[in-house]
Amino acid sequence: MSANLTLIITAASLIGVSVYLLLERSLTRVLVGLLMLGNGVNLLFMVAAGPSGHPPVAGKVSAEDMTDPLPQALVLTAIVIALGTTAFALAMAYRSWQLNGHDDVQDDVEDAAIRRRALRDEASDSYDLTTGGPDDDDSAPEEKA
Amino acid sequence: MNDVVPLPVLLPLFGCGAALMFSRRPRVQRAITVSVLVAVVAIASMLLVAADRHGPQVAWLGSWPRPLGLALVADRVSALMLLVSAIVTLAVLVYSLAQGGASEDDESTPVSIYHPTFMVLVAGVSNAFLAGDLFNLFVSFEMLLFASYVLLTLGGTESRIRAGTIYVVINMVSSALFLIAIAAVYAATGSLNFAQLSERLGDLPDGVALTLQLLLLTVFAIKAAVFPLSFWLPDSYPTAPAPVTAVFAGLLTKVGVYAILRTQTLLFPDSPLSNLLLWTAFATMLVGILGAVAQSDVKRMLSFTLVSHIGYMILGIALGSAEGLAGATLYVVHHITIQTVLFLVVGLIEYRTGTTSLLRLGGLAKTAPFIAILFFIPAMNLAGIPPLSGYLGKIGLLQAAVADGSTTAYVLVGGAVVTSLLTLYAMAKAWALAFWRSEEQAREMSKALNEAAAEHDEPSLRHITKRAVEKNASEADRVMPTDVALAAGATEGDEEVDDLYDKPLHAREGATPRTLMWPTTALVAFSIALTVVAGPLFGLTERASVDMKARTPYVNAVLGDDR
Repeated sequence: MSANLTLIITAASLIGVSVYLLLERSLTRVLVGLLMLGNGVNLLFMVAAGPSGHPPVAGKVSAEDMTDPLPQALVLTAIVIALGTTAFALAMAYRSWQLNGHDDVQDDVEDAAIRRRALRDEASDSYDLTTGGPDDDDSAPEEKA
Repeated sequence: MNDVVPLPVLLPLFGCGAALMFSRRPRVQRAITVSVLVAVVAIASMLLVAADRHGPQVAWLGSWPRPLGLALVADRVSALMLLVSAIVTLAVLVYSLAQGGASEDDESTPVSIYHPTFMVLVAGVSNAFLAGDLFNLFVSFEMLLFASYVLLTLGGTESRIRAGTIYVVINMVSSALFLIAIAAVYAATGSLNFAQLSERLGDLPDGVALTLQLLLLTVFAIKAAVFPLSFWLPDSYPTAPAPVTAVFAGLLTKVGVYAILRTQTLLFPDSPLSNLLLWTAFATMLVGILGAVAQSDVKRMLSFTLVSHIGYMILGIALGSAEGLAGATLYVVHHITIQTVLFLVVGLIEYRTGTTSLLRLGGLAKTAPFIAILFFIPAMNLAGIPPLSGYLGKIGLLQAAVADGSTTAYVLVGGAVVTSLLTLYAMAKAWALAFWRSEEQAREMSKALNEAAAEHDEPSLRHITKRAVEKNASEADRVMPTDVALAAGATEGDEEVDDLYDKPLHAREGATPRTLMWPTTALVAFSIALTVVAGPLFGLTERASVDMKARTPYVNAVLGDDR
């Protein structure tokens, strides 16, 4: 089977661009990235469908000349699903903007705490729950700082 | 019998529609959803019996000629998963009836949306277990994920939107990866049907087959939260309402595990990747449980144990022997029940005290002895204390690993035992802090922690304690302060907070409503029943795994003998 190079290159560049956008902070940009990713993937299905041919309408052309209809059906389903998810993500971006004034994807609570410690050059202490406070060897890294 | 196979998917979808129609009449809505799930439980048990006696039950949809069209297949494994998931979702639904009504989480539970969405989630989970081809599996993943997006961000509060954003983006990316995998599989084999694939994938060149396998495994590993693709889970699950977290923790990751099980046994039986899987299982177990040990919030801790125990199932699948698969299946059944029930109990604790922070909880064994019992049994079960089902599941897996005999397998045995021990440690810590110590001790400790935090100028710790206190104190204002706001305003309101510590912890006096208690109790009873029937159950999973290894029963049932 020979594949269509144009389709592959287009799909690859769409997916490449989408990866760049996915690494952004703003949810809107991430969303644009996801849309491009979806489009790139849908093109891959066209590649998977094999050589192009006549429309797969029974009775018009013989079965050998038709293009494979199944990937198109799959792509249609994928497009519908992507539409729903995109709408939901847009709503979330809007809600996030309502609440925070921005739509940045925020950090894991734990990660944020760890980063704050790292900024102050503190060792991570898991709290000594039995004595009721950060344990005493906590002072050592502070002296170092 | 074959005709009822689609019902576990169709009934919840009809239930969703009916529930939407009656969205203004909560009583009717609840009656519909509960009766739908009762029916699903009944059908799933019928399917399990039929699949065990007469082999896999197959329904071809849309009356296309045989290898075309969609197949729904209920063999022993999928029927068993279906039954357990139906029972668990029924319990969670009954539990959430009370939560919606008792306005536990008013901010967050618009009941008219909750019920239809829950039905879609159930339909998606059932469809994933029954799916007989890759694309149908993709669609069912999307169904359950979409429902989970809505459930996770119910009410649209700040913390839920924050957690939900990450969850949605991760899952959209993994869905795109799944589509790429499907396109690649189709391009390579010209089919997506599991039964046909199992015949055709073997003829592919090794490199192509390996690529396809890796693609599929990556996708399912994201869904199942296998290390290193598990980091999204402990952050997103704990923010949701208790019943939602419970059903997510019980079911969604297990759907991923089930998908891995199917791919590894049916599609790639001569898997060259068992070593890779063994090591990821090892890392999942240890990293997960170390995360759990470090947590001070019960919900987060349980989310980490969830990740950790996924490792056990992956271990069984990676071994690939009939005993390993049987052990993994049994462990999935056990873990769905236990993880769900633990989150439900945490919901009870939260209902009772208004917090899930271990730094703040105390004295529950005295004030709420029944909740204490309900927590203790599944917690010990999770840790694998004999004779409970967790112990039996782990023994099955360890025996399979020892029978395997390779060095890696023995390392895994060590890892599994250590993980089990650390689980016990984490559970014992939760028990000692939340239930066993007195309330005074708890109050003293949160005060001391607060002072220490002020001394060290440690906003994150203040964050935890303050949040717990605030949550307890004010029902109205529950918006979690963002890190920035907290860092800026860390010093304000100290006196207020100190006063709050002296208040007793009980947000709600009196008995917890029965409608919350008895579904939890029933599920605990079910988990004990799993121990009692462990012998026949193990027999069933063994027969199932022999079938999975042989592959022919599945393939013959789906494609017919006239190939």
